[in-house]
Amino acid sequence: MDFDDSPEEAEFRAEVRAWLQQHAEPRKSGHAAQLDPQARLERAKRFLAAKGAQGYSAITWPKELGGLGGTEIQHLIFLQEQTQFDIDTLHGSDFFAVGLELCGGTIMRCGTEEQRRRFIAPLLRGEEIWCQLFSEPACGSDLAAVRTRAVRDGADWRVTGQKVWTTGGHYSDYGLALTRTDPAVPKHQGLTMFIIEMKQPGVEVRPIRQMSGEAEFNEVFLDNVRVLDSFRVGAVGGGWKVALTTLGQERSTAAALSFIDWQQLLALAQSTTMNGQPAIADGRIRERLAECWLNNFGVRLVSYRNQTALSHGAVPGPQESMAKLIITQQGQRSAITALDMLGTLGSLSGATLGEQWSQIEHAWYWSPAFRIAGGTDEILRNILAERVLGLPPETRVDREVPFNRLSA
Amino acid sequence: MNFDFSPEQEQFRDQLRRMLERADGRGQGRRILEKQAEHYSSSIWQGLAELGVQAAAIPEKHAGLGLGPLELCVAAEEIGRVLAPIPFLSSIGLCAEAIRLFGSAQQQSTWLPGLAAGSTIGTWGFAENNLTAGASETRLTSGRLFGTKVPVFDGMAAAVMLVVAKDERGAPVCALCDLTQPGVTRLPAETLDPTRPAALIRFEGAPAEALARGDDAAWQRLRQRAAVLLAFEQLGSAEAALEMARTYALDRSAFGRKIGSFQAIKHKLADMYVKIELARCHCYYGAWAISTDAPETPLAAAGARCSATDALDYAAQENIQIHGGIGVTWESDCQLFYRRARLNALMLGSRYEWQDRLIAALQRQ
Repeated sequence: MDFDDSPEEAEFRAEVRAWLQQHAEPRKSGHAAQLDPQARLERAKRFLAAKGAQGYSAITWPKELGGLGGTEIQHLIFLQEQTQFDIDTLHGSDFFAVGLELCGGTIMRCGTEEQRRRFIAPLLRGEEIWCQLFSEPACGSDLAAVRTRAVRDGADWRVTGQKVWTTGGHYSDYGLALTRTDPAVPKHQGLTMFIIEMKQPGVEVRPIRQMSGEAEFNEVFLDNVRVLDSFRVGAVGGGWKVALTTLGQERSTAAALSFIDWQQLLALAQSTTMNGQPAIADGRIRERLAECWLNNFGVRLVSYRNQTALSHGAVPGPQESMAKLIITQQGQRSAITALDMLGTLGSLSGATLGEQWSQIEHAWYWSPAFRIAGGTDEILRNILAERVLGLPPETRVDREVPFNRLSA
Repeated sequence: MNFDFSPEQEQFRDQLRRMLERADGRGQGRRILEKQAEHYSSSIWQGLAELGVQAAAIPEKHAGLGLGPLELCVAAEEIGRVLAPIPFLSSIGLCAEAIRLFGSAQQQSTWLPGLAAGSTIGTWGFAENNLTAGASETRLTSGRLFGTKVPVFDGMAAAVMLVVAKDERGAPVCALCDLTQPGVTRLPAETLDPTRPAALIRFEGAPAEALARGDDAAWQRLRQRAAVLLAFEQLGSAEAALEMARTYALDRSAFGRKIGSFQAIKHKLADMYVKIELARCHCYYGAWAISTDAPETPLAAAGARCSATDALDYAAQENIQIHGGIGVTWESDCQLFYRRARLNALMLGSRYEWQDRLIAALQRQ
């Protein structure tokens, strides 16, 4: 048992670290807030262009498509190394995360050769931004119930409907849209996936203001939007399989969310006075801190276990749902613990208390969102129970019935 | 990166698992619960000795196999999986390890061969009765022990005991005491889990000898290493509790369907799985730490101990709930997990102590 890299892994790690030191800022809080969104976007594009030129945007994808042609372990090494740098805030990886982590992988696995050649390279160089057009006002967890219709228009298609919770829809160039092409068959069978050009007539993006006051999500209205048949991903009626490919990736990447590190919570507990003594001296705080470390550091240990499994030839599986389940709930608990430590003073906003507290306030607003996005806590538990533990699916009333004959 | 056991260690695990399944650990535990057997299962103890479990970490010159703590971790997980009623943690995890790490050459050659063969059973005593006002601490004075230790796990079966006492100056000292000598009185002390029995042991001038390097630091180190082994036992037991609950959920029907298809049941099982997998990662980290004597050992041991306690407590509790009424009957094996979970959560100190140690270790980092 050891945590040592093989000579090849160590060499790659050194190479990645040197590259990051040259191109990325060290991790520290509070920079992003000072940049306006356009400046952040420009910065993120420049960073991704450099990253893409090096092949680091898609380490496991083939070189001819702009990847590095590397291994899963090299990918994991890159992820481990980049946690030391301010990738998420300063370089705005959030602009490209949906494209790189979800849409790109879906096109790689389910798209045509022509689609891969057209879309992958610009994505990896930060030239085109993607969003995901999956959830709708009437369906989120029950994704196969989407109502957005795609109908034939000669050789091509027309798409009409409403999508929601579309991260980055307002600055995206392309969207991956799950649509219904046949309402007369049971719901999982009548779905088809398309790539939609976002900047065209008939596509209207309206920001949704969240409780944090920010507007990262959008509603997207599609009104008779023309889509080429060559932009269809997978077979007509095969959209559910494509959607599952997308969703499987969402959960494996969500584990990188930590919101509040245990180091941060510990530092707060040491510097905050509670009931006339340092908060760290209070048994209740110690218990919560221990729980925070067990979960946050535990998820890192999970990634070491995954790395070991990958090196023995295993493939990533549904057990990866676990990390997101752990880390998002812990993020919320840590934020609330931090605020509780402050007592009455904690009722003030980050704008009043200062930068460190803005970050905690941010975690408090955002952790509930991430307990929903990409599979709710409940859906993740279903996945673990059904796909890892082999329990039978819930009895369903909608599986065999044509979609247009389902009530409600 | 190899954050896993080696193929040889996994082979060792397979052998142990086959033997322990044949030996019916839970059935053996039930015999003790029903008072049809005393102290521990000698057939399982003997079977493990034949596979070299007790000898694994003991040096070859003392009739051991000269392997390391990783083999003990594998053994602990498998022992926990079948809830085997045996003095593994007491005899090997604490007594033999104390002598191996901190004993004199004389102490090692006196005790280790018998402990390695399983023919001598060892134990340890740290806890004292802090419920009674005026209870005094156990003291080692001029080579003689005075005081009372309770609970001493496996204390009725053991021949030799590691006694954590105070010396003449009041400093902690790890002493070895031959329990067959005069000056030692033992009384059975019933526990929450009769398959993990204990004794009250009174020392009235019993001859005892300090371990060569048996100071407070030695005791802290021993306790950390034992906590990792106990965490592996807890991990194995939690896995088996999950498996028992899952099997029942796949078999039992209610409202016209298998109860395992209800989300209320699924989510309990998924939560068990998550706690267990998290505990597994912390246990492996603990195993790595004690096998390399890493400076992270205090933190890693506390992490393994806390997460494994959480996992087994939860699994044992919810296993009963998933079984419904049958789960609280004497006949059901649910009680074996429920009893073992609670006892394991308390021996070596409860979660409150270990959470404190965890935070103290984080503060030192």
